[in-house]
Amino acid sequence: MTGRTWLRHLAFLLPAAVAVLALTYLLPPFRTYQLATVGAYLCVTAGLTVLTGLNGQLSLGHGALMATGAYTLALTQNALAGRGQWTLLVSTAAAVVVTTAVGAVIGCAAARLRGPYLAGLTLAVAVVVPSVTSTFESVFNSDQGLSVALDPPPLALGATFPYERWQAWLSWAGALLTLFLLANLVRGRFGRNLRAVRDDEAAARLAGISVARTQVSAFVVSAACAGLGGALFAVLAQSVSPGAFPLTLSLFLLMAVVIGGLGSLTGAVCGAVLLVALPAATHSLTDAVHVSPAVAQRLEGNLPLAVFGVVLIVVMLALPGGLASLGRTLRRERPDP
Amino acid sequence: MPSSPDSAAPPGLALQNIGVRFGGLVALDDVSLHVPPGRVVGVIGPNGAGKTTLFNVVCGFVAPTAGTLTLDGRPLRPQPHRLTRLGIARTLQGVGQFAGLTVLENVQAGAGHHARTGFASALFGLSRADRDERRLRDEAHAALERCGVGHRAHLRPDALPYAERKRVALARALVSRPRLLLLDEPAGGLGADEIRELGALITGLDCAVLLVEHHMDLVMAVCQEILVLDFGRPVAFGTPGVIRADPVVAEAYLGAEVETP
Repeated sequence: MTGRTWLRHLAFLLPAAVAVLALTYLLPPFRTYQLATVGAYLCVTAGLTVLTGLNGQLSLGHGALMATGAYTLALTQNALAGRGQWTLLVSTAAAVVVTTAVGAVIGCAAARLRGPYLAGLTLAVAVVVPSVTSTFESVFNSDQGLSVALDPPPLALGATFPYERWQAWLSWAGALLTLFLLANLVRGRFGRNLRAVRDDEAAARLAGISVARTQVSAFVVSAACAGLGGALFAVLAQSVSPGAFPLTLSLFLLMAVVIGGLGSLTGAVCGAVLLVALPAATHSLTDAVHVSPAVAQRLEGNLPLAVFGVVLIVVMLALPGGLASLGRTLRRERPDP
Repeated sequence: MPSSPDSAAPPGLALQNIGVRFGGLVALDDVSLHVPPGRVVGVIGPNGAGKTTLFNVVCGFVAPTAGTLTLDGRPLRPQPHRLTRLGIARTLQGVGQFAGLTVLENVQAGAGHHARTGFASALFGLSRADRDERRLRDEAHAALERCGVGHRAHLRPDALPYAERKRVALARALVSRPRLLLLDEPAGGLGADEIRELGALITGLDCAVLLVEHHMDLVMAVCQEILVLDFGRPVAFGTPGVIRADPVVAEAYLGAEVETP
């Protein structure tokens, strides 16, 4: 294993960046918007797979962390409205910082909990955070939510530059940066310590690894990613409301990283694609098969969840390591680097 | 109890009048032991005699209810994850390996406190983080070679036979370059030849060793001093010759006849 880590990881990401760039010119606006959504989800799934897959901490609360990032972006962006394009950078940074802080608090509690108790704690976070918006109605505007004041794409890109393309650029800039930093982080000592703590806490302690510190930093890193993903969601939707971050979002995120392959960044990419593709495919299916309006309404929210569940079961039966392990299985004969 | 630790206390690890109670159960009662630098000291006794509890006290997994610990004359308040920085390493009963890490990574995990770069360097993939990582890898390779399992570096531990997994566990302890190595039943589950090789390895170490072991041949061969525990109390202490001749020990633990190695 020679060469510089950052160069190697950049060599992976540059073609991806070029591909995304090309797609934003090739795809129709709605597909471009979906591509942008994949980018935003990717930030979250990448962070979640590091936490749950590599460190073994189950989080059912990442939807709430996304909400934290989204609301922080909305509030900061609205406070700075109309001062120029740079404000988006500031409010995104604010979203990441605030979510990281929230993640640190939850992480400190999480480091003391194991298994079902940790799941319970994060579940409580997922339920409580959206309801905060109705408690502090004057700030968060309850169920109505907030609209986000965003500037149009920079004029330098041309007056007719499609807004969806700009959104896709923003969200994939965030996603690729997240992947780059996480890939750097998990390939070295940090990632090894995460996995060591996951596998055997007593042995990890004796190997000189602080279990609590490792678990808290895993949560913090993961929360930062979720905050960025949430912020990008607010940018894409140009609004935030508690309804956009229900408990099912957290469950979807977790299912996505499991289907993609726990602990694998490639798996996080697969998961993010599924999070957009599966509900969309379900929609076009219900549209194609004509059902009565009452049945259609009932299927609306539940069918994607059911489809996700079925996909989860099928993938786990066929590829217990998730979709990302498909490549690994085929590469089996090559020795480890 | 000595109140002037710096001048009076001996170099190496010293346990003075250590007691451990779990509720009404006395696990250790008034145990004192000194492990000088470079010496190999054994702890033997029947199951439940408190041998592993003694290790857990030294490692900080169990807080003693009485007595003091010193390391090189300084009071020792051990925390498990700080031990390698103090120059103490321990292997666990069984193998205690990270199943999701390769053999090499398992050993690298034990060398973490030799790293010179932190989170930020790793986050941005700076070349100094790479250099650091390469150094840890070289150290881990060297430790594996020393334990005779260098050729297994890229396998998962569960792909190895039991004896080799024990060697990997030893390599992970050695990679931290300990001054004191705590070995908890290193010969458990090994065959006669493997135990002989393990004995040679222990004798060749340049650090102090505290050895808990049931296999008498190994204990008698490698230890310079032996402490015998029974029901948490020290019943004998001395050289292998003294222990072998002690009638109390023979009755409590060794049985009638002791095979000489």
